[in-house]
Amino acid sequence: MNILVVDDERDVQILFEQRFRKEIKNNEIEFAFAFSGEEALQYLNDNNHGAVLILSDINMPGMSGLELLRHIKEKYNAPPPLVMMITAYGDAENYNTAMRLGADDFLTKPVEFNVLKEKLKAIQ
Amino acid sequence: MLRKNKEIESTLNKLQSTQAQLIQSEKMASLGELTAGIAHEIQNPLNFINNFAEVNAELIDELNESIEKNDLSEVKSISGNIKDNESKIIFHGKRADAIVKGMLQHSRSSNGQKEPTDINALADEYLRLAYHGLRAKDKTFNATLKTEYDPAIGLINIVPQDIGRVILNLITNAFYAVSTPKSPKGDLTYTPTVSIKTNLIKSPSGDLGAKRSIGDSGIEKIEISVSDNGPGIPKSVLDKIFQPFFTTKPTGQGTGLGLSLSYDIVKAHGGELRVETKEGDGTEFIISLPA
Ligand SMILES: Nc1ncnc2c1ncn2[C@@H]1O[C@H](COP(=O)(O)OP(=O)(O)O)[C@@H](O)[C@H]1O
Ligand SMILES: [Mg+2]
Repeated sequence: MNILVVDDERDVQILFEQRFRKEIKNNEIEFAFAFSGEEALQYLNDNNHGAVLILSDINMPGMSGLELLRHIKEKYNAPPPLVMMITAYGDAENYNTAMRLGADDFLTKPVEFNVLKEKLKAIQ
Repeated sequence: MLRKNKEIESTLNKLQSTQAQLIQSEKMASLGELTAGIAHEIQNPLNFINNFAEVNAELIDELNESIEKNDLSEVKSISGNIKDNESKIIFHGKRADAIVKGMLQHSRSSNGQKEPTDINALADEYLRLAYHGLRAKDKTFNATLKTEYDPAIGLINIVPQDIGRVILNLITNAFYAVSTPKSPKGDLTYTPTVSIKTNLIKSPSGDLGAKRSIGDSGIEKIEISVSDNGPGIPKSVLDKIFQPFFTTKPTGQGTGLGLSLSYDIVKAHGGELRVETKEGDGTEFIISLPA
């Protein structure tokens, strides 16, 4: 499974690589990282929408995670990748907007990696 | 006559202490804005600390297994990971530490001591805190933040808490300006935007004009600019904004002290606070300080 992680905190990359080191080693999951919404769109263009699943932070400078979500769900409809939104603000407003824009799931920070792994298994 | 003098003196004392209280309460009000932002800002480094610590605990188990198996190359690779994670833990611990220290600095009354300060770091810290503070209070608030920090600035001799407060006041005003219900032009494509810029300004001939407010020996100054694409300030309001207690905000939302205090602080630094605004376009406040 190909997962694109989008977050403006760069250390998220090292964290995911360590948290999923077994899955990466066993070639179960391949990760790509983008540090802004703009970078994420660029990645999707360059790689012919290579990601099956996108995990995106909502609160980022520049293009917000919700804007990114809207772009993805509007543009890539054959079929669009799954998108899970992650936010530090677990508020109804963000949740409702994300769902209206077609988010497939919604997580709040701090990310519980056990929960996330369960969800990924269910998708696979 | 003597009695009159005594009376005047006592009234003056009362006024002075009331003023000090007001200033303190304005400070606490802006601290209130910040606490939510601070909580949010600390959450990120804490998440990293917790996560990397947990990963390290797992890695140490794996390390022991590899030692049992005499797999030296695996031992080396795992211990390398542990060390990297350790440095991440230290880094994010220091980051949280700096945020708490910044908060304490803000609430403490300034000791008036100037110290060499990284203006870009100061500006960025207050921008993030103000943004997350507002976001935590008003979940629907969203704005694009633009930053342009001049790396040539280096360290500037200022009272960091005081200039920090000025920056915070300007940013808070800018956020308010872009969040007023309905965008200024009423168009749907409006993106609330707040920008902060710093600039080192070199004057080759020392030609900064006659009434330049920088130290006489200085031929350099720095500028910190906070701008927004809000509604701008109408002419009728513009000459009053630096007056104490002048506010156009509803009761409870504005004290009218932000700009007047900011003006005093910048003046005390030998600098200048000026405003450029165009109705319907936005507003820019510029702090200039001797470098
Ligand atoms: N960025 C801005 N855009 C539009 N108006 C502003 C801006 N900054 C300040 N003002 C005006 O100046 C007034 C005084 O600001 P200030 O002294 O900070 O007090 P307060 O924010 O409590 O009202 C505000 O009420 C507002 O009318
Ligand atoms: Mg104000």
